[in-house]
Amino acid sequence: MTIREIAERIDAVVYAEPEQMDEDLSGAFASDMMSDVLAFGEGHAVLVTGLLNPQIVRTAHMLDMSCIIVVRGKVASEEIKQLAASNEIAMLETKMTMFETCGKLYEGGLRK
Amino acid sequence: MTEDSNALHFHYDVDGNNFTSAGEASVQVKRMLRQMGYHPDLIRRISVAMYEGEINMVIHAKGGDADVYVTPDCITVILKDVGPGIKDVNLAMQEGYSTAPDNIRSLGFGAGMGLPNMKRYSDELIIDSVVGVGTTITMKFKSA
Repeated sequence: MTIREIAERIDAVVYAEPEQMDEDLSGAFASDMMSDVLAFGEGHAVLVTGLLNPQIVRTAHMLDMSCIIVVRGKVASEEIKQLAASNEIAMLETKMTMFETCGKLYEGGLRK
Repeated sequence: MTEDSNALHFHYDVDGNNFTSAGEASVQVKRMLRQMGYHPDLIRRISVAMYEGEINMVIHAKGGDADVYVTPDCITVILKDVGPGIKDVNLAMQEGYSTAPDNIRSLGFGAGMGLPNMKRYSDELIIDSVVGVGTTITMKFKSA
């Protein structure tokens, strides 16, 4: 799934450069615990989380994850958005819960 | 720990008073290894393991020193702190065991995966810890 398709499916507010939108993602990992993400996350995947602090960006960056979806209607601070942008990580915000978000991604074709 | 005198050496101070900036040394190491042209999978393993170590230093030990040595066949990451030390290393190596305070869990860490992740991603992990004195973690990554 591309970041564009994901954003449409979860009705997300997007903070990303236009050229990032067509990047094809291979999988997803959903957790509020960053250590679990660091144990199981993979490159070119999307991080789905309800946590909101700069460490979500660093965690994604360390794993070469190219997109973060912040769920449950949380709004990222300017600092977090800038940190994501400087590391070429697309930031998406959705009002959906983590469960709904994962369901939409699974339905859309992300299966691992 | 004595390192090969031909090794490239990089030093970073890990600020223990600022959770927001935790991980910055790992970010710099990741950038440097990319510039040096290492394989992305190796860079990911090194940066994740070092990041976990950095977070641990901030959570448990008020920061410390991070040193990275690069030789043609190995990258060594040494994290040294003068924190409380690890009482039971075997217990600390168990996935899910954590002594981190609750406020750390609300920040997304303290799941008891730090040391297990460091072991998972490194080729060799040496923990040298003395209660009341401090902890030195040495991680080796074969690059050839």
